[in-house]
Parts: sequence; structure tokens; C-alpha cells
Amino acid sequence: MSQANLLDRRRVVASLLANRGGALVVGGLGASTNDMAASGDHDRNFYLWGAMGGAVMIGLGLALAQPDLPVVVITGDGDMLMGMGSLATVALQKPTNLSIVVLDNERYGETGGQMSHTAMAADLVGVARACGIADARAISTLAEVEAFAKAIPDLAAGPRFANVKIDAANVERILPTRDGMFILNRLRGSLGFTPI
Amino acid sequence: MQASAASTTDTAASWPEQIFAILQRFDVRQVPYVPDAGHSLLIQRVLGSSTMRGIPLTTEEEGVALLLGAWTGGQRGVLLMQSSGVGNCINMLSLTQIFRFPFLTLVTMRGEWGEFNPWQVPMGSTTQGAFELSGVKVLRASHRDEVRDVMQAAAAQAYNACTPTAVLLSQRLIGAKDFTK
Repeated sequence: MSQANLLDRRRVVASLLANRGGALVVGGLGASTNDMAASGDHDRNFYLWGAMGGAVMIGLGLALAQPDLPVVVITGDGDMLMGMGSLATVALQKPTNLSIVVLDNERYGETGGQMSHTAMAADLVGVARACGIADARAISTLAEVEAFAKAIPDLAAGPRFANVKIDAANVERILPTRDGMFILNRLRGSLGFTPI
Repeated sequence: MQASAASTTDTAASWPEQIFAILQRFDVRQVPYVPDAGHSLLIQRVLGSSTMRGIPLTTEEEGVALLLGAWTGGQRGVLLMQSSGVGNCINMLSLTQIFRFPFLTLVTMRGEWGEFNPWQVPMGSTTQGAFELSGVKVLRASHRDEVRDVMQAAAAQAYNACTPTAVLLSQRLIGAKDFTK
């Protein structure tokens, strides 16, 4: 059941991707990938089904290699907590085209809804800011999500970080492809790279 | 790309310089690392390079994920770390099997050949096995006169054949630390 004042994850992701243009979008394992698939499959969606803690670093490598395109990482609080050090690594490199969005339901939703550290103690916005990401936002309204989405195409002002509080409702599973080589070659193909 | 015949300069160059030259020849662009004394010269060369970007990590597994992102965006990379960092990478090495991207890592070995610190021995002893269990091919260089050939072979199979590869730079090559003196 949706709780009052918490955002619906599907509406958040749909809003982030509505005007994505040429953006490259990395989805962290679990529900975040499903939310991306629910918003429509895309050549430039990079879905993860494992490698927990790695989403932001994949986004960083991509952002440094493609500085003229916006790169967006959409992941959950569990993945972000496991890869928290990567926020320090990102801040040091200052990829101005990288945007990171954490869908924070304060739960490990795929494994039975166990409470995560963000429910009671950890503040990921504070972590991001303390690591050196100046544009770090705590988001709780759709208007704020839309404002963040408008900032994503600005390739000069990142890196930017948003922690979006979402409700913990389990939504319908919409599964994207889990074939890594397909995902990789499709995205590379959209950038003009041919297979080896 | 293939190894060119050794020039006089190459022969005289130190082994970190030889590694750097091969990385340049293969157009390596992103160089994530967790520092190690054995990599200090190479890291210095990378940070001074106009084509390579040195990227300090907080933990080694970040580098595995970074190299996947780099390749997705069209760039080659190499991960520099010490043997103790290999254990930190295990789950993230799954990416090399799922995406078959050109993964190359250069690992300076501790915990062997005259090691004075017992804390380095457990991970140093399992480094090669951990890579092999994870599907990464392992090459080793123990003497300075073999570094260039080993490195050339590793870069060729990683970048041309997308075969995930680790080069172990042995403690015998680097020289064992001894703080007990």
C-alpha cells in the first residue's frame, strides 16, 4: 500500500525519462531496472541484474567516455549503500554530465522488505554532499523530480545527486532483458560502435 | 595491434615504462587504481599523461564496474591494484563473464618471495586462484626481462579478444618490503 506523502516509483522514473533525448541510463539491480523497463525499453538503457554496488561506477566510466551526452544512474538505496565510496570517487572526477538518482524506499525490496540503513539513520544526501557532490538534493515531491529531470541535459553543471523518497509498495514486475551482451552491444551500437 | 620490434630505448626502459608504453599503444584511456608502492612509477606516468585519466578508487571493485562503463562508452581501461585488493573484487568480476568486455588488470603481488608481513600472505596466496575461479586468465611476470612480453600478450588477449586477463607482477620483480631492518 502506498503511504501518504511518499512518491510512486514508477511515476518518478517516468518523469525522469520523459524527455531523455540522447541520455544513457544505467539501472541498478532490482526494482530500478523494472521501473526503467516500465517506462519503455530503449537502446540506451543499461540494465543490471547483479553486481550490487556497481551502478554508479558503471555510470562514471560511461560519463567519462561520453562527455557530450547526459548519463543518468537510477538505483536503489541498497545498491547505493553498498557502493557509497563511489560517491567520493565521482566527486573527485567531477563528471559534469553525470546525474545520480536514488529511489529510496528504505527497504531491501527484492529480498522480503527488510529495513535498510536509510530508514533510521543514514542520510545519503549528506553522504553525497560530504563526499564533494555540491548539487545533492533530498526530493519528496514530483515537482522536485521534474526540476531535477530538467537539469539532466545540462552537461556543464554536474555531477548531481538526488535521493528520492518513494513508497515501499511492491509494484507489478516488468522485467527487462537480462542478456548482458545484448544490452552492451545494443547501447554501443547506438553510439556508432561495431562489435569486435 | 602487435608488439613492434624492441627499440634501443625500450630495452633500456624500466619495466613500469615498458608497461606504460604498451598501454599507450593500445589506446588505454581510463586507469582506475588503488595505490601500491609497486605501481607508483606507472601511476605517476598515467597522471602526467594527456591521453590517460588516472582515477583513484576507494575500493578495488569500483574499478571493475568503471571499466565496464568505459567500454560501453567506447574507451579501454586498465585496473591497477595490489594482491590484497583482488579479494575485494570477487562479486564484481561477474561483470567480466556477463558482458565479455576487454578487462585487464595489473596486480602487484604481496605475500610471497620474502614477505615480512604475515597479514599479506593469505590473500597473496589465493590471488591467482581467486581470479581463475572467477573466469579471469592469469599471466605472471617474475623477472624484468619478461615484463614487456607478458604485458604485450595480456593486452593483446584482453583488448583484441575480450578475454578478461590479470597480470601478476611478482614480489620477486618488485622487491620485497622489509620494515624489520
